[in-house]
Amino acid sequence: MIRLNLVLLLVAVLSALGVVTAEHRARGLVVDFENQQQLAQQLDEEWRQLQTEQSTYAMLPRIESVAARRLRMQVPAGGQVQMVDGPVRTASHP
Amino acid sequence: MSPDRNPHLSLKLPVWRTRFVLVCLLTGFGAMGVRAMYLQGMDHEGLQAEGAKRYARVLEMPANRGMITDRHGEPLAVSTPVDTVAVTLGRGEISADQRAELATMLGLPRKDLDGKLAPGRRGVVFLKRQMPPEQAQRVLALDVPGLFLQREHRRYYPAGDVLSHVLGMTDVEERGTEGIERELDDRLAGRPGSRRVIKDLKGRVVEDLEHVRAPQQGQDIALSIDLKLQYLAYRELRQAVATHKAKAGSVVVLDAQSGEILALANVPTYNPNNRSRYDPGRARNRALVDLFEPGSTLKPFTIAAALESGRYTPDTVIATAGGALPMGRHVIRDVHAAGDLTVAQVLQKSSNVGTARMALSLPPRDLWAVLSSSGFGAVPNAGFPGEAGGRLRDPKTWKPIEQATMSYGHGISVSLMQLARAYSIFCTDGELLPVTLLKRAEAVEGTPVLQPKTARAMRDMLQLVTQPGGTAPKAQVAGYRVAGKTGTAHKLVNGAYAPDKYASSFVGLAPASAPRLIVAVLIDEPSAGQHYGGQVAAPVASAVLSGALRVLSVPPDLPVPRTPIPEVLDPVGEEV
Repeated sequence: MIRLNLVLLLVAVLSALGVVTAEHRARGLVVDFENQQQLAQQLDEEWRQLQTEQSTYAMLPRIESVAARRLRMQVPAGGQVQMVDGPVRTASHP
Repeated sequence: MSPDRNPHLSLKLPVWRTRFVLVCLLTGFGAMGVRAMYLQGMDHEGLQAEGAKRYARVLEMPANRGMITDRHGEPLAVSTPVDTVAVTLGRGEISADQRAELATMLGLPRKDLDGKLAPGRRGVVFLKRQMPPEQAQRVLALDVPGLFLQREHRRYYPAGDVLSHVLGMTDVEERGTEGIERELDDRLAGRPGSRRVIKDLKGRVVEDLEHVRAPQQGQDIALSIDLKLQYLAYRELRQAVATHKAKAGSVVVLDAQSGEILALANVPTYNPNNRSRYDPGRARNRALVDLFEPGSTLKPFTIAAALESGRYTPDTVIATAGGALPMGRHVIRDVHAAGDLTVAQVLQKSSNVGTARMALSLPPRDLWAVLSSSGFGAVPNAGFPGEAGGRLRDPKTWKPIEQATMSYGHGISVSLMQLARAYSIFCTDGELLPVTLLKRAEAVEGTPVLQPKTARAMRDMLQLVTQPGGTAPKAQVAGYRVAGKTGTAHKLVNGAYAPDKYASSFVGLAPASAPRLIVAVLIDEPSAGQHYGGQVAAPVASAVLSGALRVLSVPPDLPVPRTPIPEVLDPVGEEV
């Protein structure tokens, strides 16, 4: 009888310790998860900022002035354009 | 020692006193035991809640306001993070040095800062709202006692003043106050959620207890606007308004097949990123909100009504009586007097007399029916707050002189958007398209207004306007057929037509063989000498069309003289 009780006590103690470690690990994981979520949010905000930055650099007036001044490009006159028949991909964003 | 040995000690207490104390003590213990059992076993939830209060926190889960993009996904309005700097007072002495540094970093006068941090005050004071996060971090690094940052968001508009009238603005709380931001606030706005968590000593979240409310992120919205065309339209308009010293101007570019608004620009404009210099007069979306008397740009609708009656064809000859038609006390005059004109020539030369004579031969209701079903006198429903519907009077009240003047666009008020939209009946085979500021996923059905035959005849006649002998050769675009109509109207000032104030307009469509675009231009009060729609507004339409057709790679419908392409181009200079 006493032996059985001792075994049960041991089991109870082990289980209690198990609960403690499991809880500890769970908390560690939650902390990790929170950090990752925060990172995701930060990256999302950074992405928004980069997008606005990109659109600022890609503004049509800027592209035009760079094309005209630095690259010395010009709009072809009507007669310099040759239209090609066939499957034409229209300008669109990926 | 027994009591009988020493009588002094033989103190005999009454039995009831010992019993009474004993009972009291036992009852006390008993009560405590019961209470302990009750707290442990029965009422443990209340206690746990008390415990949780000491380490559980409710956290707000932020929701971002949705992004507004153009039809290709270019961002037009984006929420960017900013920090608000605040101080909880009474957390410690803020030294004079720190105050001085704070004042310079926040850009506040020292006196204001001292006032906010005055010793008598308590609670939380906001020192500066909406600082860029990098700057705010430097302020935080000063280690001022009680200072903390609060994360907020503000709208940033990459296109600045180019598209401000359409997008509108939000207030400091990120609620839409104008334009699309206001119209679609419900869809754009996110709803923040909240959740309960357990935090440990270091302030880290260690357990998620429950989600009180899930956050709802704002929707992203794609407008029908094409940013490239918008820049183009804005640039040409601004230039024209400056050259002609005009008071204001507007351009509307519509997709002639879907009714989507591809560009909508107004001058004067404002920069929505700079809230402090906001002026309601500049913020008005004139193309949608302001009404004007269109003048001759309305003539095609009178002529279409005449063709629909079956009594006229484009070749019917009309006597314009040398450019003057007396009507009671008034005389209707033409700018270029002529003798007999065909219906097509009436339109090409924009003869008021010819148009009025056609209008007078029709029952008022027929003319009204074409104008009304073309969308005049009704709000165009483009999806913008405060759109104007204009004024088209009941035909029962028309007097002949009114019917005559209305035929060439006086005594009727329209918005530029209405005018642009109405021209869609000449692009499709007589159907009026619904307009929208939002990107359309599928094709739309128009409402039939004219017979296809009439619409095609009108399209052919409108091409004459941009050819030699018409009022708007300046609307031509190399390689494309352009159809259109000019308008020059005296402005009404205090109920009378001002002799020197004009509203010059032009509405064009191209390529005329299969229209893809409608461009409507209004220049308000040009005052640099020229004022005819063909001189002032038509060149803007031509420039916008030529750029837009190229950007959209629309194949030309006119042969263009081929100039030899040079074999060798100048080498491009190296970038330094």
